[in-house]
Amino acid sequence: MNHLDPVRHVRGESSYLDDIPVQQGTLYAAVFEAAVAHGRLRGLDLAAARTAPGVVRILTAHDVPGENQIGGIVPDEPVLAEGTVHFRGQPIALVLAHTERQAQAALHLIKADIEPLPIITDPRVAAAHNELIVPPRTFRLGDSRATWADCTHVFEGVAESGGQEHLYIETQGAYAFPTEMGGVRIVSSTQGPTAVQRHTAHVLGIGMHQVEVDVTRLGGGFGGKEDQATPWGVLAALGAFLTRRPVKLVLDRMADMRMTGKRHPYSSDFRIGLDENLKIVAYEVTFYQNAGAAADLSPAVLERTLFHCTNSYFIPNVTATAYSCRTNLPPNTAFRGFGGPQGMFVIESAIAKAAEELGVPASEIQRRNLLRENDLLPYRQPAEMCHAEQAWDTAADLYNLPRLREEVAEFNQQNTRLKKGVSVMPICFGISFTKTPMNQSRALVHIYTDGTVGVSTGAVEMGQGVNTKIAQVAAQTLGISLDRVKVESTNTTRVANTSPSAASATADLNGKATELACLALRERLLRHASTEYTLNYEGLEIRNEQVLAAGVPAETTWEKLVSSAYWRRVSLTENAHYATPDIHFDAAIEQGYPFAYHVYGTALTVVTVDCLRGTYELDAVHIAHDFGQSMNPAVDRGQIEGGAVQGIGWMTMEELIYNEEGRLLSNSLNSYKIPDLYAAPKVLDVHFLDTPGHPRAIFRSKAVGEPPLMYGIGAYFAIRDAVRAFRSGHQPTFSAPFTPEKVLLNLYSPVSARSAAAWPSVSTSIPATTSAAS
Amino acid sequence: MLHFYLNDHRISTAEPAGSALLDFIRYQQHLKGTKIGCREGDCGACTVLVGELDANGTIRYQSMTSCLTPLGNAHGKHIVTVEGINAAGGQLTPVQQAIVQEGGSQCGFCTVGFVMSLTGHSLSSKPATPETALAAIDGNICRCTGYKSLERATAALTGQLQERPATEALSWLAEQQFVPAYFKAMPTRLAALQAELQEPTTHATGVGGITNGSFVNGPNGFAAAARQVLGGGTDLLVQRLEQMRETPVRLVYDLAELRGISPVDERGRVTLGAATTAEQLRASEMMNQLFPRLPEYLKLVSSTPIRNMGTVAGNFINASPIGDLTIFFLALDAEVTLVGPTQDARVLPLHELYQGYKQLAKFPEEQVTAISFRAPRPGEFFHFEKVSKRTHLDIASVNSAAWLQAKDGIIQAARISAGGVGPIPLRLHRTAAFLEGREVNIETLQAANQVAQQEIHPISDARGSAEYKRLLLRQLLFAHFLQFFPERLAMQELLAAN
Repeated sequence: MNHLDPVRHVRGESSYLDDIPVQQGTLYAAVFEAAVAHGRLRGLDLAAARTAPGVVRILTAHDVPGENQIGGIVPDEPVLAEGTVHFRGQPIALVLAHTERQAQAALHLIKADIEPLPIITDPRVAAAHNELIVPPRTFRLGDSRATWADCTHVFEGVAESGGQEHLYIETQGAYAFPTEMGGVRIVSSTQGPTAVQRHTAHVLGIGMHQVEVDVTRLGGGFGGKEDQATPWGVLAALGAFLTRRPVKLVLDRMADMRMTGKRHPYSSDFRIGLDENLKIVAYEVTFYQNAGAAADLSPAVLERTLFHCTNSYFIPNVTATAYSCRTNLPPNTAFRGFGGPQGMFVIESAIAKAAEELGVPASEIQRRNLLRENDLLPYRQPAEMCHAEQAWDTAADLYNLPRLREEVAEFNQQNTRLKKGVSVMPICFGISFTKTPMNQSRALVHIYTDGTVGVSTGAVEMGQGVNTKIAQVAAQTLGISLDRVKVESTNTTRVANTSPSAASATADLNGKATELACLALRERLLRHASTEYTLNYEGLEIRNEQVLAAGVPAETTWEKLVSSAYWRRVSLTENAHYATPDIHFDAAIEQGYPFAYHVYGTALTVVTVDCLRGTYELDAVHIAHDFGQSMNPAVDRGQIEGGAVQGIGWMTMEELIYNEEGRLLSNSLNSYKIPDLYAAPKVLDVHFLDTPGHPRAIFRSKAVGEPPLMYGIGAYFAIRDAVRAFRSGHQPTFSAPFTPEKVLLNLYSPVSARSAAAWPSVSTSIPATTSAAS
Repeated sequence: MLHFYLNDHRISTAEPAGSALLDFIRYQQHLKGTKIGCREGDCGACTVLVGELDANGTIRYQSMTSCLTPLGNAHGKHIVTVEGINAAGGQLTPVQQAIVQEGGSQCGFCTVGFVMSLTGHSLSSKPATPETALAAIDGNICRCTGYKSLERATAALTGQLQERPATEALSWLAEQQFVPAYFKAMPTRLAALQAELQEPTTHATGVGGITNGSFVNGPNGFAAAARQVLGGGTDLLVQRLEQMRETPVRLVYDLAELRGISPVDERGRVTLGAATTAEQLRASEMMNQLFPRLPEYLKLVSSTPIRNMGTVAGNFINASPIGDLTIFFLALDAEVTLVGPTQDARVLPLHELYQGYKQLAKFPEEQVTAISFRAPRPGEFFHFEKVSKRTHLDIASVNSAAWLQAKDGIIQAARISAGGVGPIPLRLHRTAAFLEGREVNIETLQAANQVAQQEIHPISDARGSAEYKRLLLRQLLFAHFLQFFPERLAMQELLAAN
């Protein structure tokens, strides 16, 4: 079954934020931002900008009627800078003008007097200065320190993974309208409508009931609009609140890239110990997370790094410590995987290191250490309904891993310029918000008197197909056609206190709430039917819009039943609440049962590296994935394919570059590259593993949003394998992304020695160029 | 005034010729199906079709990114947005159907761009193969990222397009509902519009060349009033959109005398009109005969919509140190013809055009009108190399071209160009001079690389570290020779020796 939205998408009829017809009197907002990464804000000269054509008003921190604070986890982030600026791109003032062009033009007339302060961009430097967002955290299982002496092999090293720009094609934005009761209504491109509502109320100094947030859909989110849609929603609302006019704020692409945070870069130290059978017996890891200038979601991201620090493996003795380091970069934030991928990259690096040192394929170590039923994860939740080995073995069998290896070896034997590499990447990803209280949801379901159904939940549609799944849940539970169901926009006045659409849990949480509401309505209608038509309640059901009594069509249909229920004054509306059962976590001891369930899978990746040019192609990614009982294979396949390609981008070409001044150099689509059509693997197979699913998953159809991203990590290790095929014995530093630059330097280094000897260093300086047509 | 068709409607507008077609579509015409993604031609979310009447009276539709298309370049043409192909009653076109069917749309924000690119592909006279179908969407980025399902959609479409007849294709396409029926009338309507625009009375009402947003001269006439030349827009609308809106512009994209590729003349030279697009190079049979690997080279140069827009002279004058076409033509020792305001012309070797970073040996009022180069003769070698972070639709980290004459393994003449390794697109004169008279062997190349390393001055930036660019230039230099002399050089030894 297809995703429902695309019929409108292909006709260009789906409405996104910037498509809303503009109300008369709308003011356009442009953000004046800090041009230095750290400094004391001594003064702001707005005189020239205030008198610029079309400018109506310029807002600064002084104009905030409530509290100038939008920090979600830690209150450390003003909506408009006050006193100090902490990163380049930090909003300082908001220009409101009659046209967008006038607002943009006025930005150039504002002068900020900023006294520079020292800038830190490196998380290890920040940690050394004790610039930590929150105190460090440590997960412990067994006793790693006591185990080292017993290990046959011990290896250590450093692994670095870069950040990742979300690059949702629809940039951030919001459109706010003053309401007659003195509040605001905000149309926001956000994954977290309640976050926008809560922070707006706080900043405006009004009640949350005075702030309505509405979201129709997003043109991509990927985590980038979970917390970081909030500033723009709040700023637009502030403008509307103070001017009593509609205010529209849409970031242009380069402003979006400059001002918003990204996936966290990590630098990590690892130490791994194995016994003589290649069983991993001890693992110690220290993560330095580059959090940027404010907490944002970093503490939660950090936590998930720890949750996933052993990926899909059972390791009896683990000590994992994580530091969230404050630097002068835009606050880094959620991105599909939420710290999990960063943790997994390190354990995979540790295994690769061990394998390379021992001269065995990494897969020998990986396969031997996969999680088995009831193995404990480092946070003491057992692996239940564990499919780690099943996923691995199915992938290895179905796509013939031994044969793949032989073919690669043979190819490498016969070719000089081109070398192939292969990797196996198992994944295990926990589903639930790790902050247990967030695992709650509500659904409001109306049945109208003609039998059509409107469903409101807290889920935000951003391409993941959640609205389609919710409509499926309603239709299937009520026994009616999908055509009768409409999923409404996500609106804080219909469904309150929502959790953001994140953590892969949106369909589960909101789907379960929808199911509960529909089950209640169904029961009520069937009770009514049993009375009205004198039928035995037991055995009553609705199927294909026909009421069946003990399997036999009764004299009523869905439409008639609904109508008669109305006339008998039976409620046709239900509001249900769902809270994921059984989960808990105690951060004081770093133990608990935080996840509703885990998702498993394995990807085989084959790449070809051009060892003359340092470029590469992905030949194939073969995936065996644990969907459970997929309720929508078309949507789910799209999530797996898309997540894998996004992960491949993170591991290969997506290179965030900040200079030492904290200035983003990869600041547009021409300097920050995400996968294009030709960069996707030539073959991308997705096999649906035969797994039962989990009762805590909606209709036993497991969450699919984040897990596939981590298949992309396989691309890094396959490229590494190919590099080593060309240059045997060489061990590249563990540094992702593996750009063509790093490939070439690794093929022909020792970088430092050779370059110093052979090539004079040159320091000519020319400005960076921009061009669409290269 | 600018006159054109937007979907089924005749448009007359006084909006500035240098403004972006995208803004006109979205904010003047309120057609919201065309999305804004990047405003630099790198995502394809704003892709539209631009139909131009050709000499045979048929309309040739090309995909273009409307963010970089100057509104003035719509003059006399048929602009098609998604609203212009949507069937009445909500029915999907075969392109739309294929994308829905294969799950090729997730968040939907990029989707219309794919729909338009594939619709353009359907309207094209090129054979519909899996490769051409994929090439049609090579300028569209999907972040969600549904490329594999979009590939499946193009495969389904390629199957359907096998039935497309060679003649009367438009009728068939309308019948199959690829496009609405009004498309069949468009050639006639466009011809009528063109005729109307030629009439002197229309001139009097102000059709033509442009100052400050209003025409004072014919669009096909020489609008001397404007100093700012604007071609395909692919650089200027990225870098200076506001300025293009607000200054008079001299539109050159559609000037017949600036287009086209002449056959090899009696002196053995080929002349290109300055406004020849990269795509026209790619499509030229003669160019393909002269450069058998041209399709491969040009596949590495931006994307289909940008190649449809960007002109050769525009690439030269933008003066990017890594302009792909500049590097290509530098190795061919191309010359440019510069014409001043009094129509006085002079010819300058391309390599003499570049004086410093974005500094040209050209008066601001001079305009490139033609580019010429001596056609490679049989037996001569030519090759182009480019490496970028992403292989396609990216700006080079380093690019290079080489032209060579050799006899019995002795290099007789050489020209090597290199981009991304200095403030200007470079000709490596000393390296070439070093090579001349030497035998092709590992020692020669090693030594040539040493010379080349002295000639270049790369800096570290978003496209790579200086160290990388130096190494990469060596690799590309070697790549040329491995390409030319596979029997004389083995990669392993060449690189091992270093």
